Amino acid sequence: MRRPLAGAGQDTSPLAGRRAVGVQVGVRGLVLTVGLAGLALVPPIAAWVGEPFYVDLFRRVLIFALAAVSLDFILGYGGMVSFGHAAYLGVGAYVVGILALHGVQSGFVQWPAAMLVSLLVALAIGAVSLRTSGVYFIMITLAFAQMLYYLGISIEEYGGDDGMRLVARSRFAGPIDLDDPSVFYYVVLGILVLALALGRRLLNSRFGMVVRAARSNERRTEAIGFPTFRYKLTAFALAGALCGLAGALLANQTEYLTPGFTHWTRSGEIMFMVILGGMGTLVGPVLGALVLLLLEDVLSGYTEHWQIVLGPFLVLIVLFAKRGLLGLLPEGRRGDA
Amino acid sequence: MPDALLEVRGLTKRFGGVVATDHVSLEVADGETLAVIGPNGAGKTTLIGQLAGEIPPDAGTIRLAGRDLARLGVHARSHLGLARSFQITSVFREFTALDNVALAVQAHGGHSFRFWRPARVDPALRGPAAAILESIGLADRGDVPAGSLAHGEQRQLEIAMALATRPRVLLLDEPVAGMGLEESHRMVGFLRTLKGRQSMLLVEHDMDAVFALADRIAVMVYGRVIATGSPAEVRLNAEVRRAYLGEDRLA
Amino acid sequence: MTAYLVLEQCLNGLQLGVMLFLMAAGLTLVFGIMNLVNLAHGSLYMVGAYLATSLFQWTGSFLLAALLAVPATLLVGMAVEIVALRTLYERDHLDQVLATFGLILFFNELVAIVWGRSALYTSVPVALAGHVEIVPGAPYPAYRALIIAIGLVVALLLYLLVSRTRVGMLIRAGASNRTMASALGVNIRLLCTLVFGLGAALAGLAGLLAGPLYTVQPGMGDQILIQVFVVIVIGGIGSIRGALVGAVVVGTVDTLGRAFLRPMLSTVLSPSAADSAGPALASMLIYVLMATVLFFRPQGLFPARTG
Repeated sequence: MRRPLAGAGQDTSPLAGRRAVGVQVGVRGLVLTVGLAGLALVPPIAAWVGEPFYVDLFRRVLIFALAAVSLDFILGYGGMVSFGHAAYLGVGAYVVGILALHGVQSGFVQWPAAMLVSLLVALAIGAVSLRTSGVYFIMITLAFAQMLYYLGISIEEYGGDDGMRLVARSRFAGPIDLDDPSVFYYVVLGILVLALALGRRLLNSRFGMVVRAARSNERRTEAIGFPTFRYKLTAFALAGALCGLAGALLANQTEYLTPGFTHWTRSGEIMFMVILGGMGTLVGPVLGALVLLLLEDVLSGYTEHWQIVLGPFLVLIVLFAKRGLLGLLPEGRRGDA
Repeated sequence: MPDALLEVRGLTKRFGGVVATDHVSLEVADGETLAVIGPNGAGKTTLIGQLAGEIPPDAGTIRLAGRDLARLGVHARSHLGLARSFQITSVFREFTALDNVALAVQAHGGHSFRFWRPARVDPALRGPAAAILESIGLADRGDVPAGSLAHGEQRQLEIAMALATRPRVLLLDEPVAGMGLEESHRMVGFLRTLKGRQSMLLVEHDMDAVFALADRIAVMVYGRVIATGSPAEVRLNAEVRRAYLGEDRLA
Repeated sequence: MTAYLVLEQCLNGLQLGVMLFLMAAGLTLVFGIMNLVNLAHGSLYMVGAYLATSLFQWTGSFLLAALLAVPATLLVGMAVEIVALRTLYERDHLDQVLATFGLILFFNELVAIVWGRSALYTSVPVALAGHVEIVPGAPYPAYRALIIAIGLVVALLLYLLVSRTRVGMLIRAGASNRTMASALGVNIRLLCTLVFGLGAALAGLAGLLAGPLYTVQPGMGDQILIQVFVVIVIGGIGSIRGALVGAVVVGTVDTLGRAFLRPMLSTVLSPSAADSAGPALASMLIYVLMATVLFFRPQGLFPARTG
């Protein structure tokens, strides 16, 4: 069913489309396909122009894109304004770092562990935070993330304030060697694509519909018989786990972890990526991460004070381009995530 | 009266110094339609809020088929068979009309911790949802986002969603509020088809709707029920006439 | 662990609490009346600290620095309100959070451009460098005692303002039910600008006082902001009383925790275990406290909001 024609009694105001969840076919699908193809070509192109640095840069983009996508689940689709999402970046990273330090270097153990621990931490934080809403929820999630930050600082064995080096990158089997920049790059890209595909599936499932309904009208969702708390908590925990995986990847990327991964300003940056790209679209956050991190890279070449541009830029985006970059593209089929 | 389906005894709710619900007792028998009427501020919406589980009462009991509903949350009551439509339309604006009703069906189709199969094309959800939309007259509007529906259609959607949960008792909070003459006639006509099969507690201001639908009427003023009985009895009740002084609908 | 030590830490806790209160009072009122989440409040604190420190270094007079820095911060605050925040009142919380976060980035960098990234050090003014005996026989740093005194005076003045004056009544009405107050003819816009200015001045005052005690560097506002949030969440949004109670509780718990948790743990654990668990747990203490309060009272202890 295509978009309804304008006519008597029809609501074609921007509000009708403002919150419409993204689309598969059409312009956005095209953007996605082209984008992914382009990203897949980064290593060969970088080799061709003789700038291996680009592989590193784009890999970093993809890792943060994964974190941003995980936030979009609960923010864009679930309506949970969690300002402490970066906490799970730190948790995932530190699980990998600590395991590596103690001799467990297999990625097959580290990465699932990172996800599991992040899931549990998210469950704990969510169980308390989701009992509140609105302003309180924002502040609590922020405070809990900061709690983890201070916790990280105070544990001297693992570097405290200075952080710690990653002893060695996660080890896998066969051809998957993370010390090879291109291989590592494709691993990250593969994980991102998988996350997007599974995420879309999840959002269109019965579970996803409840979470999206709770965002749309929580009172109604309860009234028709859904105990929304347990569904929101599950979504919160799953998003945390995915972000924990991003954290594990980040640790491997930088080979150095600090409590700064969890700092609440980091959460703000990730949220900025989600908004910039287009909240509630899954693909938008990827675009947002790309634009933001590339912008940072370019600007920091000119001045070390690039943040003075970034700050007002964010304010302007929020005030005037709330639907983000993807919001500039035309709509597609309604209802599907 | 033999064991009523919905039984309210001594329900009381105070907000600060205001007594919104003052020892209210009423009953809805199986298959019956009870209308609750009264001037604005009589506490009718607060009553519905307590029945639905959103507002905890200070005293009194609410029983559904003999089961005490105290301490049961909104969603639990929905599963016991109490459905509600809202006075101010409350639907899922971004979802299509069909999705809205399908969600209500889904809520009563087991748990929703299903992560893989797409819900929007699930015939177990779409089938019943489409049937309900058909019965209420919204069949051709199924794919329209609820936010784009006309006001009257949204009110219909409200009812459809409540019905989709297959309730034992339907709580209707001013179902024809804000509707034009023709629309409200259609709505009343539809509700009449439910009469007898579906137990309903109807809060309404529109007296045409009340007299077309109600088997019995309870009159609330300042949180108290001042009269209960058949429409004819209530019409003749002196206290009721006093409360409605100037209102010639009852004459 | 002597009695003197405990007393000293209690007073330190009160001092921290008072500083948190100065920050929380303005913020909670703006939350309560205009429903505005303002992350940039910490930036005003930072601006106040920088201005005061610079003025102090430039003029050599702490008093002069105080008299100039606080109004200056007030002006900066009102400028920010007019330029950036007015449009946010109608927006949802997510927008407010993100936009004010953008302001934080801006101010942090602005301050770094003007004053550089390394910390500014300033010392306690000579006149206040000594000790006073609040409790006979127990000397306590005069500067910290002054902060406590100032904080309590401000709390008293705010209490009088809110409960005894007409403006205060309007503030309470606005915090309790904004729509109703507006419907009754209260000029909410003007009220909010005033409240915002007041909050900015208080934040500037806190920044001024903080200069000699804490490190003055870009981002200093972010750290205290989180603690202020915890205070407001515990105390309840929109309530000055909640802000005071919450601030004192948070300040005391945090200070005592940091001072005594490790020694207390070392009586039951090995020294090295206590050494790592102590500081870790101490830093988590106020958040655990917040979680506990919210578990039983999700609206905080003294919420003002009824509508």
